[in-house]
Amino acid sequence: MKTVKVYGPGCKRCEATEAMVKQAASKLGIEVAVEKVTDAKSIAMAGVMSTPGLSVDGKLVHAGGLPDETKLEGWLTA
Amino acid sequence: MTAETQDPTHDRGVPDWAWYAGVPVVGVVLYLLYGQLIPFSEWVTGLFPVARDSHTGQAIAFFFYDVPKVLLLLTGIVFVTGVLRSWFSPEKTRAILAGKRQIWGYPLAALLGVFTPFCSCSSVPLFIGFVSAGIPLGVTFSFLIAGPMVGPVGLGLLYGLVGWKIATIYLVFGFTIATVSGYVMGKMGLERYLQDWVREMNAGPVGDLLEERMTLVDRLKVGWEQVREILGKVWVWVLVGIGIGAAIHGYVPEAMMLKIMGGEAWWSVPAAVVVGVPMYTNAAGVIPIVEALLGKGAALGTTLAFMMSVIALSLPEMVILKQVLTYRLIAIFIAVVSLGILATGFLFNFLL
Repeated sequence: MKTVKVYGPGCKRCEATEAMVKQAASKLGIEVAVEKVTDAKSIAMAGVMSTPGLSVDGKLVHAGGLPDETKLEGWLTA
Repeated sequence: MTAETQDPTHDRGVPDWAWYAGVPVVGVVLYLLYGQLIPFSEWVTGLFPVARDSHTGQAIAFFFYDVPKVLLLLTGIVFVTGVLRSWFSPEKTRAILAGKRQIWGYPLAALLGVFTPFCSCSSVPLFIGFVSAGIPLGVTFSFLIAGPMVGPVGLGLLYGLVGWKIATIYLVFGFTIATVSGYVMGKMGLERYLQDWVREMNAGPVGDLLEERMTLVDRLKVGWEQVREILGKVWVWVLVGIGIGAAIHGYVPEAMMLKIMGGEAWWSVPAAVVVGVPMYTNAAGVIPIVEALLGKGAALGTTLAFMMSVIALSLPEMVILKQVLTYRLIAIFIAVVSLGILATGFLFNFLL
């Protein structure tokens, strides 16, 4: 079970990112717990400066815009 | 950024060569369309049952000339900017600025503010990211002011709608205001007016991201995504702005414009700032208004002051920044930038 965090103040792109993660996970048959982090302080604490940001199991993998689908699948299976 | 939710898989199956071939082809098509603006607007205006040189006829012609023009210009500018900005990121900018404590940090921050992609919705994490990396507060402000103030969209539209001279003046003074305002605020030692939790975070962790590799086609895709996203977001503002511009162009008598916004009326500069700050639109919406104002004989300084205060100082952004700044610091921020804008306005009304 992987823990994925989506960092973003709740803009449409953050929601789209969350949907992408869930979609990729179900496609790969991986169980994920997706958590949305919307509080500015927590976003900054995670080292994210451009949203949406993405972390998998506590490791920051992406920031600033929608993630690439192939890369996203890579992070989820890594 | 409130992007339209988009299907992230939409470009699947488009081979690389299609991008390499498609971008120049679209560029040429847009260029050819750009050459047909006057025939197009005259043709559309002719469809209306009004005399071409009546007030209404002039307003209609202005509207149907400007709408396709601004949309074409926006497409080109946003695409090129999106591609260029794919080489920059807030993380890289922070790394560059964190090493600069000297006076050069201010103009450098202003320059990077123009090229670094960031949207106002992430200005809070960005602000904290900068400050916690030890970038001085003043340098951070230079960055935050320059971003919206001298953005490529505003400059490109200004160039296309009112000419290169005024676009250059705007670039030079907008850049100077961003640099000097940051410097002044840096000298004021305002760190104590940050929200408490931001100050406590100063020694906080700084996330490092492995740079994602991008091919040229990836960068072209970024440009295209930007076009979809930004045009999808600003077209309403563009129509409203051009509508106001058309009304001014068609109906406002020049004598009245000279009286209100002419160079003789000294109070028009502060009035332009007072009106401009609470106005919330973006460069694409305000520049058609600027075009119409200048066309009717409004003084350059007054118009510049109006445009700068609309674009650079916006209330929604202040509300976002309230999370990290106290009211006092926000007030100082607005005051310093407004003074810079006022000085620019008076200077040009005095010189010209």
